[in-house]
Amino acid sequence: MRYLPHTDADIKTMFKAIGVKDFEELFRTVPEHCRYSGTMNLPEPKTEWELNDHMSAIRSLMTVTPDHTVLIGAGRYQHHIPSTIPAVMSRSEFLTAYTPYQPEMAQGTLQGLFEYQTLTARLLGVDVANASMYDGASALAEALLMGIRISRKKKRVAVSTAIHPHYRAVVDTYFRPTEFEVVELPCGENGRTDLSSLKGRDDLAAVALQSPNFFGVVEDLEAAAAAIHDIDGLCVACFSEPLAFGLLKSPGACGADIVCGEGQSLGIAPSFGGPGLGMFGCRQQFVRNMPGRLVGETTDLDGKRGYVLTLSTREQHIRREKATSNICSNQGICTLTAAMYMASLGGTGLRKLARLNYDKAEYLRQGLQDTGAACSFSAPTFNEFVVEFGDDFGPARKRLLEQGIVAGLELRKFYPGFENRYLFCVTETASKETLDRVIREVKK
Amino acid sequence: MNIGPGRSGLIMDEPLLWEKGRAGRNGMSIPESDVPSAAIDGRLCGAGPDFPDLSEIDVVRHYTRLSLWNFGVDTGMYPLGSCTMKYNPKINEKHAGAPEIAAAHPMLDDEYCQGTLKIIYDLQNYLAEITGLDAVSVQPAAGAHGELAGMLIFEAYHQSRGRKRTKILMPDTAHGTNPASAALCGYTPVPIKSGARGILEVGQIRDLMDEETAGIMVTNPNTLGLFEENIREIADIVHAKGGLVYGDGANMNAVMGIADMKKCGVDVLHLNLHKTFSTPHGGGGPGAGPVCVTEELARFLPSPRVEFDGTAYRLEKERPESVGRMHCFHGNFGVLVKALCYILTMGAENLKKVSQRAVLNASYIKQRLKGHLHLAYDRPCMHEAVFSDRKQQEFKVTTLDIAKRLMDCGYHPPTIYFPLVVPGAIMIEPTESECLEDLDTFIDVVKQIVREAETEPELLKRAPTRFKVKRLDETAAARRPCLCG
Amino acid sequence: MKEIKDLNLPDEIRYSKDHEWAKVDGDIVRVGISDYAQDALGDIVFVELPEVGAVFKAGEEFGTLESVKAVSELYLPVGGEIVAVNMELEDSPELINDNPYTGWIIEVKPGDIGEFDQLLDRHAYLELLKAE
Repeated sequence: MRYLPHTDADIKTMFKAIGVKDFEELFRTVPEHCRYSGTMNLPEPKTEWELNDHMSAIRSLMTVTPDHTVLIGAGRYQHHIPSTIPAVMSRSEFLTAYTPYQPEMAQGTLQGLFEYQTLTARLLGVDVANASMYDGASALAEALLMGIRISRKKKRVAVSTAIHPHYRAVVDTYFRPTEFEVVELPCGENGRTDLSSLKGRDDLAAVALQSPNFFGVVEDLEAAAAAIHDIDGLCVACFSEPLAFGLLKSPGACGADIVCGEGQSLGIAPSFGGPGLGMFGCRQQFVRNMPGRLVGETTDLDGKRGYVLTLSTREQHIRREKATSNICSNQGICTLTAAMYMASLGGTGLRKLARLNYDKAEYLRQGLQDTGAACSFSAPTFNEFVVEFGDDFGPARKRLLEQGIVAGLELRKFYPGFENRYLFCVTETASKETLDRVIREVKK
Repeated sequence: MNIGPGRSGLIMDEPLLWEKGRAGRNGMSIPESDVPSAAIDGRLCGAGPDFPDLSEIDVVRHYTRLSLWNFGVDTGMYPLGSCTMKYNPKINEKHAGAPEIAAAHPMLDDEYCQGTLKIIYDLQNYLAEITGLDAVSVQPAAGAHGELAGMLIFEAYHQSRGRKRTKILMPDTAHGTNPASAALCGYTPVPIKSGARGILEVGQIRDLMDEETAGIMVTNPNTLGLFEENIREIADIVHAKGGLVYGDGANMNAVMGIADMKKCGVDVLHLNLHKTFSTPHGGGGPGAGPVCVTEELARFLPSPRVEFDGTAYRLEKERPESVGRMHCFHGNFGVLVKALCYILTMGAENLKKVSQRAVLNASYIKQRLKGHLHLAYDRPCMHEAVFSDRKQQEFKVTTLDIAKRLMDCGYHPPTIYFPLVVPGAIMIEPTESECLEDLDTFIDVVKQIVREAETEPELLKRAPTRFKVKRLDETAAARRPCLCG
Repeated sequence: MKEIKDLNLPDEIRYSKDHEWAKVDGDIVRVGISDYAQDALGDIVFVELPEVGAVFKAGEEFGTLESVKAVSELYLPVGGEIVAVNMELEDSPELINDNPYTGWIIEVKPGDIGEFDQLLDRHAYLELLKAE
């Protein structure tokens, strides 16, 4: 076996040095009644050739392939990934390193994370960002728990129903065993969260909105933050499409106290939902309540600039059950990938790309509206939007799939009563020709 | 010293990203717009973030230079205890990054993603087979996330029996994630002191386990590298009082095909695919922490899991008693693909060999270094051996100094100052990937450093000297945090 | 770590078993940590201070001290109301390492000054340290 270097002679030499006669004796502390009986029932070992065939057969089961244009976002976005990114990010010095606990031999990872934190803070408009969480959904759950910690006394948080349903499900999972409660805020007719029920609620530690929200609608975050601050709550702004902040005012600039969401759009493939990364930032004053790893700048013995993991006393390996979170790892290489993507785009490129996404989505939205389909919500959107069709959309959708286009996500699975409503996403990867084809088929 | 592979070479300097570049450069191709520009409400727009503009070569060189300041498993031996820094096969990366996998969208109907669903389904089954347990969810994104899933299952189980419990037994050798995960579910950890043999003693559990206690979290083999020999008796006591046994599978690399977790009495166990199943650590992630349970607890697992009806794979319908969703989609799917490839490559026979050789390597190091470094527990070890700096104290040389000197010699240091029960701990886990010659060289280097500690302690105090930076001031970093450039 | 004989343990103040010191100044008691505690903790990087006006019983946790790799709770040697906190520590936690007796942490208005009399004097505190 090519991963196992020991020859029989090596093993004998080692047995002798250790003073055992065989493997059985090496495992003598494993009691008989704990032993695995027989052999594990797994497929026979495969050579690299056989593995390639096996995996190729599995891949061939996919009926929506990379040749399709998938006009669905809903938390996972198809964006162009420049070939520089996989080329450099697959370098094994990054990929096969552990968490940078020995900073002198991990300055690459550490400087890379410090740059990620900085670019993320600038993108989200916050004072400080951590070195990433698992994903957008768990980041939101952690943000709300952080809100409870900061408030000290309050036991309730509110989330908008226009937040990604899976994000809300994860929040419920995290909150279920606690003494804290999650309440929901309804979505208004225009697709924005209805904040009218907030008035007078002084029991809410934090209120979370997503912008652009699950329906693609850009929330009025400034008004929301003001309303939330009026009831002495923390404004948590989450997102699933960070590219939007190339064009839209950042959540931090709108007054959000904690900003979190999914960073997959930044140079990471959809990959059936993972890995991506949870981006997480907040105001400086809350940094000691923040979950997750942080990298800080310092100097070495000679006064030279360098980077280390810092403020670790917040974390589980030191504070154990009193830690700000149980999280240990971050999304490591995905974090560096997101930073490299942001650096590749630059400020100018990010703005251009965000604008392109907006224009293309608007083109399809307008085109579909012109066919007689109704846009469900009147508030502005970014690169996703909801359209309501007549009953004849089913056949059109099927014809489009045969032409390699996945036309939108059915929303009735997620929102009862949303019959015939579809969530579309258009990124820079969809050509005008493809969009025109969708419009044509709907018209038929 | 020139015994180890460490030498020095040219170190390239590289500034921070925003200290480079000129406005107007770009490092990435963006298509020209083929649609008309649409109107937008200016009040929603911002100025865009202040990112530097860099060219493609600027970015590529930047990250290539950064990578040169790093050390990975592919660079050299990485005997970091409890982290299982084994070789990460390259073929697995290829399959995880294959276009059909990379492009797969998680919100499509099941019929369009039979391939990715099959990958999850097969992995669920193989992990159940390897642990001896019955049902698996691959959703948790990391070990600590798997622990949280496990504690949520504990909580849901006790709720289903109408009795909320408040405490949980926690050995003092546990990783910090264990008490932190339990605390998230409202449990107060009750510490258990390790016995004189470095393992849990039955009497302690009998004294502490009661009907207010949800169960126990046990890492087995534990973080001292010792198999918890009394695990079955302990489990029986916990079960008799209505509690559950959580197995932290961080150290599963020692016992594949050797110990059966169900026979050990474990009810819930998480695995670290980035340790035992060879997926790379990526400088901190992404990992994956599938959670495995007995038949009785399957109904509480995170949802959705993947089912197979004989012809098609599908995401299961909602299970009313499930603890719910842990991740927006299916966890770190790319990591799951790599672990599946590893299991398919190894098969049952080679996975067992992995554990045998991991234990062989650790036992060899333990045996050959024990006269030189103080050995915390001189008992048969599993995949790792825990030493300490006790013998070096008289020369005022600490574990940290030894670790830093090892770096100059071309090794990533072992895990240090953990587990907490061994002051100045040096926890060595060579894994099965290292060959005998390389182990011998490593052992010679450690012995040489032990001699240097006596004769030239300054050499250790000054170390490391061969990297881009010397010892970094962590105190200054924490006192006046600079977290953003 | 300092040897016990090298510790700076002034005579005129009292010590608690949790290694805090207390000093009566008029009708208030000033509190800090002992030289032994600051030495054991190492470089202090952060002090979490209570709010002025908060009331704690003797032995209750009123704040924490953090070094790079450890967190240590602070326990009030004499119960009462917090009347002052040393704000200088927010920016310069190293003041405690420099001199733990000028680097005081809080001032408390004691509810029962009798609690002060139950604290250890230098001699008794030294005995405690030797026993540890």
